[in-house]
Amino acid sequence: MEFRVNHPIIFIMVGLIIAAVIAQSIFFLLRALKRAKAIGMDKEVLKRTMIKSAIFTIAPAISIVVGVIALSHSLGIPLPWLRLSVIGSLSYEMIAAERALEAFGLNFTEAITDPQVYVTVVWVMTFGIAAGLIFAPLFGKKIQNGMDKIEKSDKKWREIFSNAMFLGMISAFLGFVFCDVANVFKGDTSGLIPVVVFAFSAVIMALCGFCSIKLKQRWMNDYALPISLICGMAIAIPVTAWLG
Amino acid sequence: MDNKKERSYLDTVHRDGRIWGFSLLAALFLFPVVLSLVFSVVPDWGALAKGALAVAPMYWAVGIIEVITYVPMLGAGGAYLSFVTGNISNLKLPCAIDAMETAGVKANSEEGEIISTVSIAVSSIVTTVIVILGVILIIPLSPVLESPVLEPAFAQMLPALFGGLGVVFISKNVKLAIAPVILMLALFISIPALNSGTVGIMVPVGVVFTLIVARIMYKKGII
Repeated sequence: MEFRVNHPIIFIMVGLIIAAVIAQSIFFLLRALKRAKAIGMDKEVLKRTMIKSAIFTIAPAISIVVGVIALSHSLGIPLPWLRLSVIGSLSYEMIAAERALEAFGLNFTEAITDPQVYVTVVWVMTFGIAAGLIFAPLFGKKIQNGMDKIEKSDKKWREIFSNAMFLGMISAFLGFVFCDVANVFKGDTSGLIPVVVFAFSAVIMALCGFCSIKLKQRWMNDYALPISLICGMAIAIPVTAWLG
Repeated sequence: MDNKKERSYLDTVHRDGRIWGFSLLAALFLFPVVLSLVFSVVPDWGALAKGALAVAPMYWAVGIIEVITYVPMLGAGGAYLSFVTGNISNLKLPCAIDAMETAGVKANSEEGEIISTVSIAVSSIVTTVIVILGVILIIPLSPVLESPVLEPAFAQMLPALFGGLGVVFISKNVKLAIAPVILMLALFISIPALNSGTVGIMVPVGVVFTLIVARIMYKKGII
């Protein structure tokens, strides 16, 4: 068969895998909801969780679409569609594809026309970024059981433990926000953009929390994270024009 | 009495998580095999080895560390879904953390496990559907989404996300937050190699460091 990066057959294959991925999510969703009912969890809480998770996801999901478009110029549409729907984030997949193309002396500027190059790129992307998908099912249970053991002995420590993990992750990203700040001393103010965006988003979040208590508007608390995310992304546009 | 039931629910989550995980893994590896058959080509083994060697050592190391770091935070169901659909630190985990926070459930309780799974499942479904819509509408959407006007908004998504998430967690755990925040600020500002590409590697460092600090503070009765 004659090869094209956007060959309908590739679309069909990718579509099948993605259908299976959606099926897995639906399966676990239904299972969790069934279990929630069995242990008598509040239906309203579950409903709110679903709605707010869906709303929160919209902006990050659109940024994934942006990634698919960026990769599609060279890899066609179905491959980035698959890779960014399964496992990959844009930065990982881009580097993997780049390294594979480099091995052929090619780069990202034009669409792949040689099926051998394409298949090789697919292999490198698949193999390079498979570790999580192999090790999570292999060791997931062991890790969880280990955690349970640490925590079972001490209820208070159990709570601090999970807070500490989340804080550890958040502090790493906070550091990342400030990573180019020092460039200000060299006259480059663009390093301040993420800091301003971060601060603005934090203020909006705090305002939402404040308003939900003062004005008794519960929804503001529920949707505070998507609201602050969108406001932060929006302010990035004028701030980048100003400091970029 | 409830303990036994809880165990059996978690056990089935683990069992099904494995079945789904390995099946999808097989499907992913089958994809290039079928491509080869359909277009009657074999991969260029030399280029494959070169490309794989360039990315695999680092990504596999990061992948293993990610499993150890994120599985306890995501919960069982959430982890099996997240390691299939990806975008963990920039989407699935913040989504689950915020969902547990507003629902008022603890991450390590069964309620937490359920809220986390529900939130990540919904997030995965919505992501996948939006990406499908994006693929269908790629021609009219491309000029809009690639426009220079919107570019900064997407470039600054992580700061916008962690500003909101950070203020909640840091304000609720001020004492515990001080040490990791200072350490990470110092590291990221002073080491140029730490940037958007390497922040993923620093997450486990931050997590382990914060756990150690938390343990010391807990033992001394400070928190």
